[in-house]
Amino acid sequence: MKTETGTRKLKISILRFNPQEPGSVPRMQTYEIDEAENMTLFIALMEIREKQDPSLQFDFVCRAGICGSCGMMINGRPTLACRTLTKDLGTEISLAPLPVFELIGDLSVDTGKWMRGMSERLETWLHMKEPEVDLGRLEERMEPELAEKIYELDRCIECGCCVAGCGTARMREDFVGAVGLNKIARFRLDPRDRRDDADYFELIGDDDGVFGCMSLIACHDVCPKELPLATQIAFLRRKMVSVGWK
Amino acid sequence: MKIIYTDVLVIGAGLAGLRIGIGAKRRGHDVIILSLVPPKRSHSSAAQGGMQASLANVIKGQGDNEDVHFEDTVRGSDWGADQQVVRMFVDTAPKAVRELAAWGLPWSRVTRGDREVIINGQKVTITERDEAHGLIAQRAFGGTNKWRTCYVSDGTGHAMLTTMSDQAIAYQIPVPERAEAIALIHDGGRCYGAIVRNLVTGELVAYVAKATAITGGGAGRLYRVTTNAVISEGIPTAIALETGVASLGNMEAVQFHPTPAFPAGILLTEGARGDGGLLKDVDGHRFMPDYEPEKKELASRDVVSRRMEEHIAKGKGVKSRFGDHLWLDITLLGEHHVKHNLREVYEICHYFLGVDPVKEWVPVRPAQHYTMGGVRTNYTGESPTLRGLFSAGEAACWDMHGFNRLGGNSVAETVAAGMIVGEFIADFCERSENGASIPTSLVEEALRREQAKIDALIDSRGTENAATIMAEMQTIMSTKVGIFRTGKVLEEGVHELQQLLLRSRNIGLRYKARSANPELVTAYRVQKMLKMALCIAYGALQRTESRGAHFREDFPRRNDAEWLNRTLATWKSETDTLPSLAYEPIDVMKMELPPGWRGYGAKDHIDHPDTARRVAEIEALKQQRDGADRFALQQKLMPYEQLLPERFRGRNERIDEIREVRP
Repeated sequence: MKTETGTRKLKISILRFNPQEPGSVPRMQTYEIDEAENMTLFIALMEIREKQDPSLQFDFVCRAGICGSCGMMINGRPTLACRTLTKDLGTEISLAPLPVFELIGDLSVDTGKWMRGMSERLETWLHMKEPEVDLGRLEERMEPELAEKIYELDRCIECGCCVAGCGTARMREDFVGAVGLNKIARFRLDPRDRRDDADYFELIGDDDGVFGCMSLIACHDVCPKELPLATQIAFLRRKMVSVGWK
Repeated sequence: MKIIYTDVLVIGAGLAGLRIGIGAKRRGHDVIILSLVPPKRSHSSAAQGGMQASLANVIKGQGDNEDVHFEDTVRGSDWGADQQVVRMFVDTAPKAVRELAAWGLPWSRVTRGDREVIINGQKVTITERDEAHGLIAQRAFGGTNKWRTCYVSDGTGHAMLTTMSDQAIAYQIPVPERAEAIALIHDGGRCYGAIVRNLVTGELVAYVAKATAITGGGAGRLYRVTTNAVISEGIPTAIALETGVASLGNMEAVQFHPTPAFPAGILLTEGARGDGGLLKDVDGHRFMPDYEPEKKELASRDVVSRRMEEHIAKGKGVKSRFGDHLWLDITLLGEHHVKHNLREVYEICHYFLGVDPVKEWVPVRPAQHYTMGGVRTNYTGESPTLRGLFSAGEAACWDMHGFNRLGGNSVAETVAAGMIVGEFIADFCERSENGASIPTSLVEEALRREQAKIDALIDSRGTENAATIMAEMQTIMSTKVGIFRTGKVLEEGVHELQQLLLRSRNIGLRYKARSANPELVTAYRVQKMLKMALCIAYGALQRTESRGAHFREDFPRRNDAEWLNRTLATWKSETDTLPSLAYEPIDVMKMELPPGWRGYGAKDHIDHPDTARRVAEIEALKQQRDGADRFALQQKLMPYEQLLPERFRGRNERIDEIREVRP
């Protein structure tokens, strides 16, 4: 549908629910706005909140696809809203919060609490071989290709899209998700970490870990950073099976 | 009434706040770090290009050391920086890089042998040394004499924040999220923590602490067009201002980055130019060498941004329906380089502009980028006027950036200052006289006062709209307090901001919920942000000279004779509509590097009467060098090592400066 000026009218339907508000019930609410050139869902939602509905809740931080705040279901698919251009969508757009995570209100969910819980369980920090390093000395060397490989996995922005798209995560509350498994794959690759496969088996060698994955691999398809999640999970599973056999 | 007690309360969970927290926790103190968002989403993550530290591993960095980094930083600051603080910083930066490496940061590494790079638009082959292989690599950045910027592809800030935040989890530091400090608790001389609003439930809680640290980043959102994240509204800095006791330093020093993508204002890293990218105009002409023959695209950011705007004003911009822009050309770097070393740039161009930077030029125009000013501190990071209040990173005026920050020096500051200030905070907490003996009445009163303010906003029948006032403020700042400033326009800006501040006291809300309420948040924030905006605009109006990023068209010269000082702004009373300004002199006679030409930008300035004397004094000291090494000479010029926390003293090893093995 186009207006006289040639711009499209967008109908954006948003799943509204505010658990803080007594009597609030989940419902779809539709807002109409005029599309602008290069409009992203960030710009569209800000405009709706400023001009139409000051109560609408959603999360943006960097609005540049870097920080991972704005994961949401856009026409049923988890992705980052800030870098979704409206011109790539039809005139009717549906938005819903990411499932699995605790709902804060409307499109806002608590990914932070989930990610911190996962990090604590999987101990997703480097376990140093020595407790202290002499900061005045030359740094330990690393092959340039290995550094690049580690960074490839470190590009994860913890947006939660992989968890929202995951079949297992819907069924198993404690499943660590592709985000968690990717982190283990990252530390496994890092020679500075003192842990070995037996240690990692303790963390992910069960159905809440790598053996919970049903290989549906939606995580891989929806990852906004295009991380090689399918390969990492398959590789980790092989390694963990071999530990488990011993 | 809910009161939570801790040793150290940190406000802001970006790199500086997390590193302070880790440092204090490691020394045995309880720490709580408040964050508006999950900590890994903090704006530190948006730093792309890298972190300056004089490791001198790459061949183009050979000969680099603390002395060169020091001089680059002071010249970059246009002599506004505290030179002792710069020394502390350049000494700690290599240690910060190495600490992060030990914590698992995947720094990009040096590969031995030949490689092709682009320098000054030409393909050049350089050869990396065998002994550098596998050590941390450096790239070129603006305003630096050596390749000094350590990096992780172009996701440096993201990788740093991931590593740092995971370390904070390892140290079991609680980081309450969606927790916003809206006022400091203080008695006019001593800070005791903060009143904090839960952004989900709306509940107010008092956090009482021995030491409180403000690490909430910059205030880019005071401007309409900015590279900053939407959370970079400067509220933590504003609550320091609202104490009426703590002062903000150099708020008029605001940096505009040369190459945000146009028109969205999303940052494209300086690494794009550091790696050989060029700026071009409507005719496809590379114009920077015409203005800046020495450093070209790699002069400091204030200079490049001004030259770009100057060129656009001459009619050389590319017209578009959103206004004029220029081009950033990185096509000459080749597909592999763009997709590996400038990957975020590639993604941003692809997703937001529909442009393939491997093949096409990218539209860019300068936009607000960095807040050099902030909570004024001494070298320990503590406010000189409000005891127990500390600050570090972009939120602080420590002051290592003076009137212009060099690219790569901001993430470097966050971590280096975080390390240093974290130790000083631990020292502070360990001194018995700093035990927090706080009358609960003081805490209760602060809680009641803040609750009353929020209730008043919710119950107000005011007619002003919070979002409209915010938008008007941002427009005034962008159009009247921008890159080029004049007295007349600044006067208008100050006047209009004062009117807005008065109007902001008459905001009425359409949505009245006490729990999560975006409109309420905008309302109380914009009242605070207007005070910050007035500190910038009024400071800029009063400073009748040009220094670093502060450029007055009606006073185009740097005037050391009258303005070699730091602006201090305080907000004395709630009913005021202007800050009170005072000026802290910067002593030429104590400088290691007396004022002169920066090596780029304008060549004429008005000298301070002491400058010639200090130059002669330093010359004489250098003459009597008697074979003393660079450390001994430096020690004679401006001693600083005694200022550093003991833990971070000691020399930095380099390939060409191997330290002897200790017995």
